Amino acid sequence: MSRAGRRAPWLVALLGLFGFALVVLPLIGLLREASWGNLWNDLGTPQAWAAIKLSLICSLWATALAMVLGVPLAWVFARIDFPGRSFVWALTVLPMVLPPVVAGVALLDAFGRSSFVGARLHSWFDVQLTFSTAGVVLAETFVAMPFLVITVEAAFRSLDRRYEDAAVTLGASRWTVFRRVILPMAGPGIAAGAVLAWARALGEFGATITFAGNIKGRTQTTPLAVYLLLESQPEVATALSVLLLAVSVTVLAVLRRRWLVRS
Amino acid sequence: MTLRVRVDLRLGSLHLDVDLDVEPGETVAILGPNGAGKTTLLRCIGGLAPIDAGRLALDDDVWDEPGAGIFVPPERRSVGFGFQDYVLFPHLSARENVAFGPRSRGVAKREARHRAEEWLGRVGLGDVAGAKPEALSGGQAQRVALARALATDPQVLLLDEPLAALDASTRGEVRRDLRAHLAAFPGVRILVTHDPIDAATLADRLVIVEDGRIVQTGTLAEVTGRPRSRYVAELVGVNLVQGVASGNDVALDGGGVLVVPSEERGAVFAVIRPQAVALHRTRPAGSPRNVWSGRVASVELLGDRVRVRVDGSPALVAEVTPAALHELALVEGAEIWVSLKATEVNVFAG
Repeated sequence: MSRAGRRAPWLVALLGLFGFALVVLPLIGLLREASWGNLWNDLGTPQAWAAIKLSLICSLWATALAMVLGVPLAWVFARIDFPGRSFVWALTVLPMVLPPVVAGVALLDAFGRSSFVGARLHSWFDVQLTFSTAGVVLAETFVAMPFLVITVEAAFRSLDRRYEDAAVTLGASRWTVFRRVILPMAGPGIAAGAVLAWARALGEFGATITFAGNIKGRTQTTPLAVYLLLESQPEVATALSVLLLAVSVTVLAVLRRRWLVRS
Repeated sequence: MTLRVRVDLRLGSLHLDVDLDVEPGETVAILGPNGAGKTTLLRCIGGLAPIDAGRLALDDDVWDEPGAGIFVPPERRSVGFGFQDYVLFPHLSARENVAFGPRSRGVAKREARHRAEEWLGRVGLGDVAGAKPEALSGGQAQRVALARALATDPQVLLLDEPLAALDASTRGEVRRDLRAHLAAFPGVRILVTHDPIDAATLADRLVIVEDGRIVQTGTLAEVTGRPRSRYVAELVGVNLVQGVASGNDVALDGGGVLVVPSEERGAVFAVIRPQAVALHRTRPAGSPRNVWSGRVASVELLGDRVRVRVDGSPALVAEVTPAALHELALVEGAEIWVSLKATEVNVFAG
């Protein structure tokens, strides 16, 4: 800041400061409100613990599902040119900008008991997704997968195609090339996408509560529990919030090398 | 077993139109400027770039013939491909890189591993088998790439700029090793290079490609002696002589002795740019260490330059200006003195 050329105009500096305060003040508030001495006890209450467990299970399933389906999708987007590609791509990443509650309503309209997919699932396989843990996983996958797809697609695009050329001249089938060359070389990108998708799934609220409801032990994930407990047991809600904040900070730290140190 | 290449391919602004036969046991070097289509030609043979028209076959085994609807994908061609910059898989060790080919072609894991170690031993890298490519030197990476290309026992070996990524200090040694490995490979050998020294020392036959077409083909002596274009003259128009060095003197195989700038021992190549060869009507006085007399064998005009072939010990090509041509009265059969500074002779271990 000692060099004149580096000094920001005062209005810019002031607005920037306000912007920073807007982000930081709530975090300070949360940390002030937390009863640190009882943090572990609060997190250990049956309802909180059940929500944490459910959140872990559902978010990990959602991440796994997003990887199994999203990595191939990302590969298709990165490598195959087909008519309507950009339209299909836009639809795929739409959940990133879609209001989560709208996502929940849309899921209900597709997979609800009387909807066009859900009714068949019910009559053919006796499967009901609404108000079930599987429904939570579906909602979380829906909102989280786009984060994985765009991250992994970028990783695939940045791969030098000559590695694939080298593999085929050595006799590798397309599947071998994908499994032994493309996947491992895109490994860091896939890991980053998975972490990002997991973080998004973990914090999912709107689509989950709309589609799967708020049933303790079955569909009540941590964010839902926070919302519900805010009235009755605010200290538990705060403790859970601190936990989610800690997870977010950890995710940022993990991804730091990838996004923050790029410059 | 002959590799017959009739390739017609348009790719962007490049129109590749090449007709080339290569026999096994022969090393062909494809030389040409950037963008001439050398790498594309290699990719056609390897199956990485399907041709538009023509026919590509190894004996009766047709690999690519659009007219007949035949295209054998790269993974089913008997080709070993050495890429420019080697393109070693960065996540695999040297051993896993070499074992990748045999593994992909159905060899059991242990056998592939065994074969990889055998190949790494053959190229002198048995002790770095477990190292990742990032830990290898340029020369080591080149040898791993060669072992990887050969480990599938291909019938055709294609090498794209095998030495371009190396610095001058390791290049000579790697080149010599590569020559030995090429000699040991019984199949069809084609390498692409832009370096006339590499071509001269590694290949039996040069194929000059310019603008997607073959402009000249022949042995080094044939191409050097009678370059068909200004470009070829510049590209391969260097003088290359072989001899046995002892100290600063090189006794040339074809007679004569050259004084060279550095002390050498054993078989060497000496490379001399035609522009460095000076011609005189009388014996020159002064500093040049190499002076001998000869007879003008041919005079060839190439644009604003004149190439003069002088028979003698050694026989060299000199390049002079048209003014000098006139001043020195250079006509075929004329007696002439040749001088060459020792510092203008580049020596490579053979």
